[in-house]
Amino acid sequence: MSEPVPLSEPVPLSEPDRPIALVDLLDRVLGGGVVITGEITLSIADVDLVRISLRSLLASVTALEPRS
Amino acid sequence: MTEHYGSWLYAVTRQAGATFSERLTGVAGEPLHAIEESGLVAVAGSVPLSSFGDEALRRNFEDLDWLGAVARAHDAVVDAVSRAGPAVPLRLATVYLDDERVRLVLQHRKDDFARVLDRVAGRTEWGVKVVFDPARLREPEVAAAGGGTRPGAAYLQRRRTELAARDREERFAVEQAEKIHSALSALAVEARRHRPQSPRLSGNAKPMILNAAYLVDDEATREFTRAVAEQDGGHAAIQLQLTGPWPPYSFSSLEEPAP
Repeated sequence: MSEPVPLSEPVPLSEPDRPIALVDLLDRVLGGGVVITGEITLSIADVDLVRISLRSLLASVTALEPRS
Repeated sequence: MTEHYGSWLYAVTRQAGATFSERLTGVAGEPLHAIEESGLVAVAGSVPLSSFGDEALRRNFEDLDWLGAVARAHDAVVDAVSRAGPAVPLRLATVYLDDERVRLVLQHRKDDFARVLDRVAGRTEWGVKVVFDPARLREPEVAAAGGGTRPGAAYLQRRRTELAARDREERFAVEQAEKIHSALSALAVEARRHRPQSPRLSGNAKPMILNAAYLVDDEATREFTRAVAEQDGGHAAIQLQLTGPWPPYSFSSLEEPAP
């Protein structure tokens, strides 16, 4: 693992703009957006990718924790 | 072996003749192109199926660095498109075998896309996360209370006090979340609650009690952000975090919203 993943950089109220925390982004790109099924090679709806990604996210966070 | 390509979809808009900055590239570093059909424009990129096909994606999504980079690249395109005009984001990893199939989908679902485009036009998604700090709620220890002579009784008493305090905290957290959500929803056209992020994912040790998205009229942006700041100052044990502006990810379902 190279760089630690920026998990939640709190966005201050005075500056409501990017950069974006990865968790907030994943909430949206994996949990939102239009889902179209059929005639498609892969749609996120076909697999429980949210769970998969969160699992890898969790594993990575655990690895980053100094102690737990 | 020849490489096969698929069409990765980013967003659907009505911007005919859409052109893209050459610096803006997609999830595979590919240039973007527009697929026009039935008055709609799908923004797409050709991606190699060896990395972005069904099997490869399942594998690659296990790799957090890969997933993070792809999510950010997808979002960069969606964000650029939605800044240029109303746009409906596609969920990550919507890959068609070719542009012809994308055209068919636009044809079939044109009314649904039109409805969502109308709904998000002139509006922006904002995210609000609320964390709760129980320590700021706790009353000064009532250690001396009921200080019985027997240690067993004292222990039971302390335990009861602790449990009652936790109960109070949970009730308080739920009430605050509801209160904040309904105050902010009143200023939004639509609202949606995401699952609260676990403290390990959010990087914040304090429990998250609300993780919501609001679709807000652009004219009401100031009013909304002011309301967020106001709620943030409402109680010492409650902190709000505003994120955005976001493309309308949380409000782009093609299904009719539940009545």
